[in-house]
Amino acid sequence: MPALSCPVCGASVEVPNDSLPGELFECGDCGAQLEYFIDEKNNSSLKVAEEVAEDWGQ
Amino acid sequence: MNIGLSYDVVRFEEKALLHSINNLGHKPLPIHVVAREFWINEGNGLEADFIIQRCVSYNRAAATTAIFERSGHIVVNNTQVLRNSADKLITSCLLARKNVPTPVTAIAFNKETALNAAKKIGFPVVVKPVSGSWGRNIARAFDEQSLLDILELRENMPNPQMKVHYIQEHVDKPERDIRAFYVWGEVPVAIYRVSKNWKTNTALGGKAQPCPVTDELADLVIKAGDAVGGGVLGVDILESREKGLLVNEVNGVVEFRNTVLVTGYDLPTKIVEKSVEVLKR
Repeated sequence: MPALSCPVCGASVEVPNDSLPGELFECGDCGAQLEYFIDEKNNSSLKVAEEVAEDWGQ
Repeated sequence: MNIGLSYDVVRFEEKALLHSINNLGHKPLPIHVVAREFWINEGNGLEADFIIQRCVSYNRAAATTAIFERSGHIVVNNTQVLRNSADKLITSCLLARKNVPTPVTAIAFNKETALNAAKKIGFPVVVKPVSGSWGRNIARAFDEQSLLDILELRENMPNPQMKVHYIQEHVDKPERDIRAFYVWGEVPVAIYRVSKNWKTNTALGGKAQPCPVTDELADLVIKAGDAVGGGVLGVDILESREKGLLVNEVNGVVEFRNTVLVTGYDLPTKIVEKSVEVLKR
C-alpha cells in the first residue's frame, strides 16, 4: 500500500494498490478530501478533491 | 464482453460495478472522463461492447453519453433516459402520460400563477427545482406568505431554471419513503429511507432499511421505469395515507451503497448480468 503526500498539510496518506484515478481519500491529519491522480508519465499523487457541484447526485 | 464504466468520481458503486464485471468474466474498461479529451468528429478509441454511465455530475453524464452514442456505443442509461429522469418536469409529464400515480403537480412561471396553483393544491406545498438532487433547494411552504418568500428567493437566483416553479402537493408520509430499483424491467430490491426530516434523502441523513418488494410496489416501479425509457433506475416512492403509493422521482445514475449494505443484495452484479443479457440480444 503506497503512501502519498497530502497536498494540504504534507502528511502521509496510505492509498491501496487497486486505487483508481478519481478515487477519494481523506487525510487523517488535516481532514482534507483528496483525489487520487495519475499524470501522463504514470506518476501517482493526491490533489485536493473537486467540491460538490449543483449538478451532482441522484 | 468489454464493458466500459464512465465515471468522474470513484465511489462504492463504481468499485462494486468494476468488481462485478471482473467476477462475471468480462473485461472492465474504466473511463475517467475528466482526465481525457473527447473528439466529436472521430471515434475515441473505446472498444467497449457497452458502457455503464456513472458520472456523479449530470452534465458530465449527459455530455459523455451523447459522445459515446455518437461513436455507436450503447450506454446504460442512454441520453433520452438520462434527460427524462434528470428533469423533474419531464419525468412528471412522462409518468402522468402513462397514468402512473404521482403527487399532484403544477408548473408556473411567476409568483402570482404559482400562488394560484398552490391554493388549488392546498397548503402545505413543496417547491422544487426542475433539476437537482440530494434534496438541494427543495422547500416546503405551509402558507401563502412562506410560499411567496420562497418564490421571491428563487426568482432572485441567477439560474433561469429557478424561475420555473415546480409546485407539488406535500404528501404526509410515515417518516420514510421507498427507493426501489428498476433493472431492465425487474425490481430486485428496495429500501426504506427513514428520517424525522421531511426530506428523507440518505445524502441528508436518512437511514436505509430493507423494504419488501410487494407485487403492488413492483408493478408501480415497472410502470414508472418503463415510462421514462427503461434501463437501470432508482424509483422514489411516497406512501400517502390517503392515496397509497405515489411515484415521487426517478433517478438515472442511481446510487446503491446503502441498499447493498442493509439488504446484502448484490445489486451491482444484477445490473451487470441483466445489462449483458439484454444488450447481447
